[in-house]
This record gives sequence, structure tokens and C-alpha cells, in this order.
Amino acid sequence: MPHRLPSRADAPAHPHPVAPVPVIRIRRLTKSYGHGDATVHALRGPDDPATGAPLGVDLDVEQGDYVAVMGSSGSGKSTLMNILGCLDVPTSGRYLLDGIDVGHLDEQQLALVRNRKIGFVFQSFNLVPRTTALAQVELPLAYAGVRAAERRRRARAALSLVGLAERSGHRPNELSGGQQQRVAVARALVTAPAMLLADEPTGNLDSRSTEEVLALVDGLNATGRTVVLITHEDEVARHAKRVLRLVDGAIVADVRQAPVDGPPPALLRAGVPA
Amino acid sequence: MILWQTLRFAAGGLAANKVRSALTMLGVLIGVASVILLLAVGNGSSVAVKESITSLGTNALTVTSGSATGGARSAGTARKLTVADARALATEADAKAVRSVAPVVTASGTALYGDISYSPGSIVGTYPAYFETANQRIEHGEYFTQDDVLASRKVVVLGATTAKQLFAGTDPVGRSITVGGTPFTVVGVLRAKGGTGFTDPDDVLIAPLPTVQNAFTGFGSVNQILVQAGSADDTAAAQAEITRVLLAAHAITDPSRADFRISSQASLLSTRESTTRTFTVLLGAVAAISLLVGGIGITNIMLVTVTERTREIGIRKALGAPRGVILGQFLTEATLLSVVGAGLGVLAGIAGAHFRIVGIEPVVIPESVLGAFGIAVAIGLFFGSYPANRAASLRPIDALRHE
Repeated sequence: MPHRLPSRADAPAHPHPVAPVPVIRIRRLTKSYGHGDATVHALRGPDDPATGAPLGVDLDVEQGDYVAVMGSSGSGKSTLMNILGCLDVPTSGRYLLDGIDVGHLDEQQLALVRNRKIGFVFQSFNLVPRTTALAQVELPLAYAGVRAAERRRRARAALSLVGLAERSGHRPNELSGGQQQRVAVARALVTAPAMLLADEPTGNLDSRSTEEVLALVDGLNATGRTVVLITHEDEVARHAKRVLRLVDGAIVADVRQAPVDGPPPALLRAGVPA
Repeated sequence: MILWQTLRFAAGGLAANKVRSALTMLGVLIGVASVILLLAVGNGSSVAVKESITSLGTNALTVTSGSATGGARSAGTARKLTVADARALATEADAKAVRSVAPVVTASGTALYGDISYSPGSIVGTYPAYFETANQRIEHGEYFTQDDVLASRKVVVLGATTAKQLFAGTDPVGRSITVGGTPFTVVGVLRAKGGTGFTDPDDVLIAPLPTVQNAFTGFGSVNQILVQAGSADDTAAAQAEITRVLLAAHAITDPSRADFRISSQASLLSTRESTTRTFTVLLGAVAAISLLVGGIGITNIMLVTVTERTREIGIRKALGAPRGVILGQFLTEATLLSVVGAGLGVLAGIAGAHFRIVGIEPVVIPESVLGAFGIAVAIGLFFGSYPANRAASLRPIDALRHE
């Protein structure tokens, strides 16, 4: 790979120093569409009391945290998700992902950031059509330039982690919705990203599949993976350690349900030791 | 991403829409096959023309009446060539480059043998020198002789086609046929020269000059005088000598007002060659257009594919596919279409060249095969690059939102 990511300027020597670099650090972030009077502020944050201009959204997400972003449609949560996932660029403000200022990266480097730092799980699964589950999971590794044998080994490991080892030869149209989403989770975690970004991951699933997928995400968080989950369902948000509520492009509530370095609340209730 | 992986993705993408891919390939196939085949036909006809003209003898010169410049002295007013002119040429002591002279009259008529009736392409009356000059070799029997000419004997030599039509297998030599009411004895059959596709040189009936004049044309002018130069290199000298002798015989002082025309096989050859070259270029141009249309077909189908797979492109980009990989994938698909299409086109073109097309035996030009294949692949790359670029430069968020 000819392109390299800028190295973390202030990388911590230990995994848990006094103030570890947050996985996500957002400062005065705004996103607006259109021009002039027709401008829509999808993300605006609180208004400046003096001028009334939007101040932008500030947000820090610690490593190992499990954040649910809630809000009704049009609240700006999808816009936030797209910016967090480096799929879209903010209108103004700074976004540091794992210590890297994403705003200064070109298209090529952004692709690399998406590949190395972020694992996506989408509402509509977004599997590549006509591709077997194993090839699906290998794909991010292929883009990362991992050798075929190593790729296969890691993809198989990820698939068995989501309990689909015996389905590795199946194509998306041969899998149920829950299975497809589990393949997507396997694909998201196979590169060991800094953050798992899930946009309504259970929106298209029945209750049983929802439980399966959420249990997977809980398990991943319990092993230290940072998770940002976007949802509008309270039952889903109950799995998170921290719940953010967005209204009209601003964070109006920030509730912590469990400590960052503990297990996710759902596992705690189930009696799994930390 | 390794090449193999890209190729597999591309093959998978094409296999997902088999009919569409096949039709797109068909466009390229037709383009490449027609380039190869039409150039082969053009080349084949030029080869055939060359062969037939050299088979006439490269040291032959044909003198016909009519002014060299046309215009005022048209054929109607021009003095006709006569046997006397031929005699003048033959007896001129200074004309060393002239080896033999044969006046020629042509007529048309119907030949009868038993109850079979056939009209040969032409009935030629001439001297025995004609056979050598016109490169007409006897296959069976013998030529008529100077003696036959002097005695106006009713003997005839048949071209291969005429013999076949009239006698259909039986040996014509020694048999009697009736041509235009006059009975002739067949003395020989000529060796087949093979057709050029336009006229059949074997569709003739050759008899002594006075006999044909007596039976058909009358003892006036002759249609042409066939002159054989000493060798192919002597044709220019022979031409000058013929001009000199005939100007004197016709009492013309100004060479620009000559009332006869001399054409050599060499000049005929170059005229016909340039004609067939034009023909070949035209055919090639038509074929090239169809190849271009095939290329546009690739662009069209790749654009459709990119639109259809926008979401997939978005997914791949979200997974971190760099621009180059997306570009490579679609470019590989387009190139694969053109390579497979062109490969099949080469096979189809070469297979098609084994058949006779409008009487022409196609002769494949090896360069045209390589050229057509190369151009088709280049067209695939060129016309595929626009859709591929479009795919690669899609913003991931737009691509993902695409329904």
C-alpha cells in the first residue's frame, strides 16, 4: 500500500493511561445542505446565545465505550453517522478519529481510514451481491492488501465468531436477514477496527434476530471494541453504556448507563462476570 | 488487490448478466470479424486480379482504336484499326521490341453441339500468335496454325468453360459444332485460367481471324491488335515503336492526335490494383465503423452496469476500496468484454474466410487480425474508461444512498 495514515501524534504508551486518546473527538461540527435561505442545518449543535448562529456539535467517545445515538428521523443522527464513518465530510468543525484529523485527508486516505479504523454495519445489511459469505468477509482484508491465506484464516475466524462458520459458502440471497446481518458484523470486525459503527443494525430484523445481533455487538464491546450504534428503539439503546439523544441536529441528552471500562449493561443483567 | 482477484470479480460481474454481456460481446465480435473478413475479401479480390492479369502475360500490349485523349476524336470519327495496321507492325524491320502481332476481332453468337446450345462470353478471331501473347495454353488437342488462318479453315479452339458447357464430359476434340450457322471442327481445348469474379476468361471460343470475319464481323476493322513485346522490360520500347509505326501508317504527324490507344498489362495491373485498393479501404472503413459501434456498445452497457451497481460501489467504498480498485474492476470488466468479443471475432473472421464470398476467395491479411484484435481491446479500454471513472469517482455516501 503506497498510502500510509498519519501516525498518532500523541499515541499512549499504555492502553489505559490517565487520559487516553478518545476514539472520537468532535469539535464544533456542523453539516448543512443547500445555500442561503434554503440552508438546512442537519447538524448544528446549540445556538450561540449572543448571535444565534449554530455553535456545532462537540462529542468525545472513549475507547471501549458503547454509545447509542438516538433520535427521530430528521434529527441528524444519520448525518452524524455518515460523518463519523468518513462517508461524508462536515461543513465545518474538526473530527479526530483515533487521534487522526480526518478533515485533512484526501479521498485515497479516507478510503484507507474506512478500511482500517471503521467497521460498518448497516440497516439494510449492504452485502455485496452474488458473493459468498467468506468472500464478503475477506473483502476489507483484500482492500487492505492482506495475503490470500491469511485473509481466509481471519475471515473464517470472524465468521465462526458470529456463528456462521458452516454458512461460509452461501451467497446473500441464500441467507436469512439475521444471518446476513451477522455476516455484516463479521465483515465489520475482521479488520479489527478502532470503532464499530452500526446504523440501525436491527431495523430490518425480527425480534429473535435482533437479540442475536445485539448479543454479538455486546460481546464485541465486552472484549474492548468501541461501538457507536444509531437507533430509534429504546430496547436497543438499553444495551449501550451511554445514550445520546439528538433533536434537530443538537445533542439534547447524554446519559451514562454503565461505566466505560465495565461490561455492557445487557451482559451485566444476564449475570456475565466483567 | 491482485490481478487474479480483479479478474474474478470482473468475470463474476459479467456472468451476473449473461445475455447482456453476450450481446455486448457480439457487437465487438461482429466488428472484429467484419474487419478481418472484409479486408480479406478486398485482399482476395486484389490477389485474384493480380493473378488474372499476370496470367494474361505481362509483356502483352493491347492496341485499340480511339483517341488517347478522348474528346473531339471520339471512337465514331477515329479511324479503325485494320489487319493492314497489324501487318505494318509485324513487318516493320526496326521494331525490334515487338516479337509477335495478333489482330483480334470479337463477336458474339451461339454455338450448337447436337441439341446443346450455348452462347460463349466472346467469339475471338485472331492469329496463332494470340495464344502465346494472351497466355492461353492448350490443355488438350492443339492450337490452330498459320496455315489454318491463311486457308480460312473452319477450326476452333474452345475455352475451358465453353467446352464444359457444350460437351459436358465428352471429348470435344475432332467434333463438329455449329457457330452462327457455320460448322466448325474443334481442334483444341484451352487450360482453365480461373475467374476473377467479374469475367470468366475461360468462357471463349477462338477461331482463325478470316474465318470469324467471314462468318460474323465482315472484313473491315479489327477490335484490337495484341502485341507481344520481347520481354516485360521491353514493353516501353515496344509501345514507342507501335506508336511510331501506327502514326506513320495513319499519316498522323502530331502524336497528341493519335487515333489509337496502347495499354500494357502493367498499366492495366496498376489501374486494377488501385481500384481494388480503394475497394479494400472502403470495406475496411465500413468494418471499422462497426467496430466503433461495438465499442460504443461497451460504453453503453458499462454505464448501465455502473448505474445498476452504484450501491455495490458504495458498499465497497465504505469497506475501504481505494479509487484505483473500483476503477480497475470496471475497466477490467470492459476490457474482458472486448477481449473475449474480439477473440471470438478473430475466430469467426478466420472461419468465415474459408468460404467464397461473392465469387471471391478471401485471403486473410495477418496484420488485420492483430490490428483488429488490438484495436478492439484498445476500444474496450478507451470506451470502458469513462464509465469506470464515473464509478470510481462516486462519493461513497451518494453511492450508498442510491436505490
